[in-house]
Formats: sequence, C-alpha cells, structure tokens
Amino acid sequence: MVTVGLYHYLFISTILFSLGIFGIVTRKNAVMVLMGIELILNAANINFVAFARYGNFGFQGQLMALFVIILAAAEAAIALAIVLNIYKVFSSVNVDEINRLKE
Amino acid sequence: MTLYDIIFYLFAIVTIFSAYFVVTVRNIVYSAFCLLFTLFGIAGLYALLGADFIAIVQLIVYVGGILILIIFGVMLTNKITNVQIKTGVFQILPATVGVGIFGGFLLAVLLNTTWVNLDIKTSPPTTFQLGTLLMNEWILVFELLGIVLLIALLGAASIARK
Repeated sequence: MVTVGLYHYLFISTILFSLGIFGIVTRKNAVMVLMGIELILNAANINFVAFARYGNFGFQGQLMALFVIILAAAEAAIALAIVLNIYKVFSSVNVDEINRLKE
Repeated sequence: MTLYDIIFYLFAIVTIFSAYFVVTVRNIVYSAFCLLFTLFGIAGLYALLGADFIAIVQLIVYVGGILILIIFGVMLTNKITNVQIKTGVFQILPATVGVGIFGGFLLAVLLNTTWVNLDIKTSPPTTFQLGTLLMNEWILVFELLGIVLLIALLGAASIARK
C-alpha cells in the first residue's frame, strides 16, 4: 500500500466528494454551497484523470476532465449572478430563509 | 518510498486537510482561501498523473477565474461594515452521520472492486494528443461547449444587471 497507485487517487476523490456533500448539506450561505459543488466537481475530475492514466481509455479521460472544468466555469458564473440577485431581493443569501420565488 | 510517493502524499495531505477546513471553518473568507490550497493540491495531483495540460488549465480556470468569482460573491453579498463574515450552519449531527455512512459505503465499493489497473506511462507533453482528439473525434462537443460558454456569459450578464 506504500507505492502510490490507482487506489490512492480514488481514495482522495472519495474523501473530497464526501466533504463536498457535507459542505452542501450543512452550510447556510449560498456561496459556501457553491464551494461544496466545486469540491464535488474536482473529485469527479480526479477520477477521470486517474482512470485516463490507469484504465484503458487513452486520453479521453483527460478530455472529459477538461469539459468538466469548462462547465464548472459556466456554472459558477450563472450561480453567482443568481446569488447576487437573491441578495438584492432578500438582503441575505442564507438558503434556509429564501422560501418564495416572487419578489 | 520513492520521490514520487513522497510528493503524492504531500499533495494529498494539502488537498484533504484544506478541503476539510473549507467545509468546517465558519468564516467564509478563510474557507475561500482554503479552497485555493485545495485547488492547488488537485492541480499537483493532475501533474503527478501525467496530465500536464489539465493541471495548467486547473490553475488558470479554477484559481484564476472561479476562485476570484467566489471571493467577489462573498464580498458583494455581505455588508462592508460587517467585519465578521460568517456562515450559519445547521443539521451538523445528521449530516455527519449521513456523510459518514455514505463515504464508508463509497470506500467499501472502491476497495472491493477490481479496477482495470494498467499504469500506462504517458509522455509528459499531452497537448498534441488532446488537440488531435478535440479537433477530430470530439469536434461537436468542442463547438457545443463554446456555445454553452457564450450563452452562460450572456445569461450571467443579463441576470446580474436586472
């Protein structure tokens, strides 16, 4: 178990995924929920790149990691725009206080 | 224990501990800075896996773009006079139990599965192969992602302007 192999990378991504879910479930601030989502996306990316190295997919795993990074950038931009709008309407971004869609 | 292993454990420790602080520290600015170290550690892991281009993209897009966006989000959604930028927490105990069970389940699946384990040694410059794949087999996805980024940009601008 000392020599680093596929299992080590999968272990790290499992822990990152669990921590991301913990962050999403327990934080009240919407920006912190976004950070949890970033952790989960990065955990998936580590899996993609690790399987690109140790599996038999060639370079397509790295390509998928690239696509995930691009989608994460788009997601962060949209989500922060929505969070700013929520702050304008409610003067707070706590996800447990936001309970109506109408302004 | 070769040099590769030592560097791997260094990056792994940096990644996991800073990710732990991201989700446990109450101050939002501190946890944004911890996210910086997490993303750096993950970029190091990509480099160790032989994915040099992905590591650089991770540094440019995540550290240079998404993290700055998140810090802007923190700054714009808290009052400037409010010195303590904190987040409330709820459901700590059920979340800990649930995430513990879920993570244990994932770890059990991970350890009890026989993965394909080839250890293909890739030569460090991966940009040629990635570019060839992007321009041949994956050209449709490449163009669609360009359109998605454009629409996301326009949508974010128009949502935030209202």
